[in-house]
Amino acid sequence: MINATARTYPIEPMEEAFPSRGRVGVFCLIATEATLFSIFVVAYLFYIGKSLIGPYPAQVLEVPILSTICLLASSATIMLAERALRQGYGVLFKGWWFLTILLGVAFLRATAVEWYRLIFTHHLTIGTNLFGTTFYSLVGFHAMHVTVGLILLTLVLILSLCGYVTQTQSERVAALSLYWHFVDVVWIVVFLVVYIIGR
Amino acid sequence: MAFADAPLAQPHVDASRLPLLVQLHYWVVTVDHKRLGIMYICTGLLFFAVAGLEASIMRWQLAFPHHEAVSPEVFNRLFTMHGTTMVFLFGMPIILGMANYLVPLMIGARDLAFPRLNAFGFWLSLFGGMLLYFSYLGGEGLSGAGTAPDVGWFAYAPLTGRAFSRGHSTDYWILSLLVSGIGSVATSINIVTTVLCMRCRGMTLARLPLFVWMMLVVAVMILFAMPPLTAAQVMLLLDRYLGTRFFDTQAGGSALLWQHFFWIFGHPEVYILMVPGFAAVSEIIPVFSRKPIFGYAAMVGATVSIGFISMGVWAHHMFSVGMSVTANSFFAASTMLISVPTGIKIFNWLATMYGGKLRFATPMLFCVGFLFQFLCAGLTGIMLAAVPFNWQLTDSYFVVAHFHYVLIGGLLFTIFAAIYYWFPKATGRMLSETLGRWHFWLLVIGFNLTFGPQHILGILGMPRRIYTYAPGRGWELWNLLSSIGVVFQGLAVLFFVWNVIRALRQGPPAGDDPWDAWTLEWTTTSPPPEYNFETLPEVQSRRPLWDLKHPNDPDGRHE
Repeated sequence: MINATARTYPIEPMEEAFPSRGRVGVFCLIATEATLFSIFVVAYLFYIGKSLIGPYPAQVLEVPILSTICLLASSATIMLAERALRQGYGVLFKGWWFLTILLGVAFLRATAVEWYRLIFTHHLTIGTNLFGTTFYSLVGFHAMHVTVGLILLTLVLILSLCGYVTQTQSERVAALSLYWHFVDVVWIVVFLVVYIIGR
Repeated sequence: MAFADAPLAQPHVDASRLPLLVQLHYWVVTVDHKRLGIMYICTGLLFFAVAGLEASIMRWQLAFPHHEAVSPEVFNRLFTMHGTTMVFLFGMPIILGMANYLVPLMIGARDLAFPRLNAFGFWLSLFGGMLLYFSYLGGEGLSGAGTAPDVGWFAYAPLTGRAFSRGHSTDYWILSLLVSGIGSVATSINIVTTVLCMRCRGMTLARLPLFVWMMLVVAVMILFAMPPLTAAQVMLLLDRYLGTRFFDTQAGGSALLWQHFFWIFGHPEVYILMVPGFAAVSEIIPVFSRKPIFGYAAMVGATVSIGFISMGVWAHHMFSVGMSVTANSFFAASTMLISVPTGIKIFNWLATMYGGKLRFATPMLFCVGFLFQFLCAGLTGIMLAAVPFNWQLTDSYFVVAHFHYVLIGGLLFTIFAAIYYWFPKATGRMLSETLGRWHFWLLVIGFNLTFGPQHILGILGMPRRIYTYAPGRGWELWNLLSSIGVVFQGLAVLFFVWNVIRALRQGPPAGDDPWDAWTLEWTTTSPPPEYNFETLPEVQSRRPLWDLKHPNDPDGRHE
């Protein structure tokens, strides 16, 4: 076996420090997920106004301002939680983290109430027309991501209550919060497309 | 499981002496990038044999006019399964396997960034492949409809709707691609992260071997190209099971939307399959020309621009569906544009060979074959990019000939080149040169005999995907020639299989560096130990082994 470390002339040190693996991995995941969402968004935009029968978006959709505020606020609280953990304030971290979960659950609850109203009052299901098809698939796909995010956040909360999440774990927690920020950003796009442009 | 862990704890135990069950268990639980890479490649080759057999049956059916070897229904299943298998179950696993095996070795790392995710990706891909072939057993469903998907590999709507595709065959097609697609994305995330975060000391981006650069671009392309397919598959699944209207034209849905979504994936996919071929060639040609690669920076630039442009050419598959003149012109122009970076690459390989001390060992032979045949493929590609020409020849055998020149004349030849080149590293044994030459020449003759005449068939008007044809149209001779070529290709593959088996049993030992090559994988033993490198290497140039062998004239001075 040849040893490749034999030096022939001095080596300059690596100019760049490598980014954290977790961050790069999550950014890759976000890139690929963003593409996935963009296809659903394109389908939604493509089918605006093409439903052959009602109900139409303008008749049944209400702008979900409160739940939007909840979800966007959760981005801020998770940032505060992350910062608290980085600085070593364990209790503060748990508090902000718990609040993030609550805000996420509030958002999901609002979606559930909206869907209940659409299905039972307005008789709009996923197969009714193109609006139902694209609306439930896009919003549902986002809600699915919120749900996955909430499961992961809850897992971290349980682990931190058991005392496993400490300052040394802050990089991993940061990777998870990146994903949560992504879910929030997607909601801004979905909100604009579905409730502003599409109505 | 303690007994199975023993070899992990003591790397010096000779793994081949362990009981078979322990060895198998070791393969199943492994997270080692080299073992996973080999399993990816073996999976790919296995499905290659299956899909090749399917193609042979089709050629037998088409050898004579009004031939009745298989029924039209079976023929539809054959071309669907052949296309799907070759792209998703042969092409993808084999390129990901190559990346898996070689990227960490080439950048001086001990494994990929996320080894368990890597194993997850492999097993998902394999499971996806099995799901597709399970459709032969489970596809019938309760409705007594046909087994195995028969909707073509791009599965245009509305043929895939519940009304036209009964039973579960299309569902297996959807699920299989969905699952193996997730596997590919997982592995791509791994490759990107590994290249960005795990390079050894001194390995700047400007010193990455071109193979690694190109695999990085491929992995990024997979991240952006695979999700459109996944999204479209989800929509199709919803259409079939929840009664949504995405591709239901009776409710205002659009069949055209499927075509767009599919090809937004489908065309980058062609480059995802081809660029790894370029990657292998860019390593092999310099070594067998005894010269560094010509135009390293231009090669990297060309690869990245192929990655970008490939995302904007998809609708050249759809010229005949009646898009606007603007759209047609745009996609024709972008398609012609992408031939520029591809041309740059070909010129760089030729310039690398020019004035070099050429050694025509088997890997190099396959590379030279690739250069000629891929050039033909590129030329017919530019012809098809011209919209009026495309209107005349779309969905004819000319198109079939074109993309087989890309994927066999281009991709398959480079894969064989790569196998002949890196087999000694992976197994510690040399493949036979004599058998390699038989393999190469039989494949060149068989391939050109099969697909050359198909250009003429296409110009004579033979549509693709027909299961038989009437005599008297001037198609008989060309079809017969095309089918005869299959015999040569089959023989070539048998020579390859024999060569591999023979080498594994009694091949001469390879040593660490049989080709006198320059990249890091050749510094370690053949096969490399589980930890790859005893001490992590440090590099000072693009060709670390050159520096080592020529301490008085290190490469870094000339870069």
